[in-house]
Amino acid sequence: MTPSRKKRLTYFLVSAVVVLILGKFIFNSLQKNTIYFFSPTDLYLNSENPKGLIRVGGLVKKGSVQENKNEATYTFVVTDLKNDIYVEYKGILPNLFQEEKGVVVEGTLKDKKFLLGKTILAKHDENYMPPEVAEALKKSGNWNKKYDQ
Amino acid sequence: MFSLFQLKKIFQLNENFFYWLKITFLSLIIFGLILSLIISPKDYLQGDTVRIMYVHVPASWLALMIFAAMGISSIITLVFKIRVFTIYAKSLAPIGFTFSLISIFTGSLWGQPTWGTFWTWDARLTSMLVLVFFYIFYILSWKFIKNFFVAEKYSSILAIIGLANLPIIKFSVEWWNTLHQPASIKLTESPAIHSSMLMPLLIMFLGFSVFALFIFFIRYKIEVLQLQENKLNKVLKK
Repeated sequence: MTPSRKKRLTYFLVSAVVVLILGKFIFNSLQKNTIYFFSPTDLYLNSENPKGLIRVGGLVKKGSVQENKNEATYTFVVTDLKNDIYVEYKGILPNLFQEEKGVVVEGTLKDKKFLLGKTILAKHDENYMPPEVAEALKKSGNWNKKYDQ
Repeated sequence: MFSLFQLKKIFQLNENFFYWLKITFLSLIIFGLILSLIISPKDYLQGDTVRIMYVHVPASWLALMIFAAMGISSIITLVFKIRVFTIYAKSLAPIGFTFSLISIFTGSLWGQPTWGTFWTWDARLTSMLVLVFFYIFYILSWKFIKNFFVAEKYSSILAIIGLANLPIIKFSVEWWNTLHQPASIKLTESPAIHSSMLMPLLIMFLGFSVFALFIFFIRYKIEVLQLQENKLNKVLKK
């Protein structure tokens, strides 16, 4: 290796190490600040309620969805299987909104247990399969609970 | 086939090679599209929307892989001054850029019916948008800096910095709470996607890859010709 190549390689390696260390610090601080959504437990453990628009994510609790036809509002419970939060939402639900499926609700907190929803996003998981396979899995009892997230 | 380190070897590739590359691309993409649009089943939840995935996922993979190749080429360019790698990176940029745009647009088309929104600022989507901007700035740095050697330096630095974004894109769905679902296909686990859907996906990916390779050869040829026109080829030989 020629001396100039050696020199550039050293420069490169030193700066790469410095950047990696800096990146690690930035990443650690991002870890705390870049929260796309809170879980109901996060909110429960928070001493102070976050203000303004926040997002709460979890599963729609089975049997909790109720429609109020007069006011076109829906109420349901979002759960992370440890803590629950009530959601009231006025508007159209996305196609993939289903009980026991993942959902992210954007809205404002009234208190720790009550969220006024403004936008509802259905969360989709990484499982892809044809309907027949899903049926067969459910019938044979091999349906994995993780498909319901 | 041809030596990695010699610029002009590309012209020794005969027409036959490109002919067969085109045939391979066309047959893969036709077969892949028939499989993914007609033969493959609907998803149990998403229905027909799942078919967007067969374009979205290969495009996203290639957008990431091509940037990785550009970043590694740029390291070799900056450290070892093996100039042919500069030309590799420069020829790859527009291809990766196009794939990253396809990824964003198809993802947005999928997001509307599935999530209920075209766009949201979650970690995966945001970091992917950052990748698009890295591509844009990389291409612009070649466009706006007239001196080849200055442009080479700045574009390479840009590509190397951009390299740090790739693991962020890849692992964003695991590190943070995101709306975007985690990867269905992992190296260490069996895929969470049924084989009848995995097959068309992989064939589409192969088709896209061959297409990328084909366009890369064309771009590379053009870049070498441009160097000759600007009388830079002698400098680049060393």
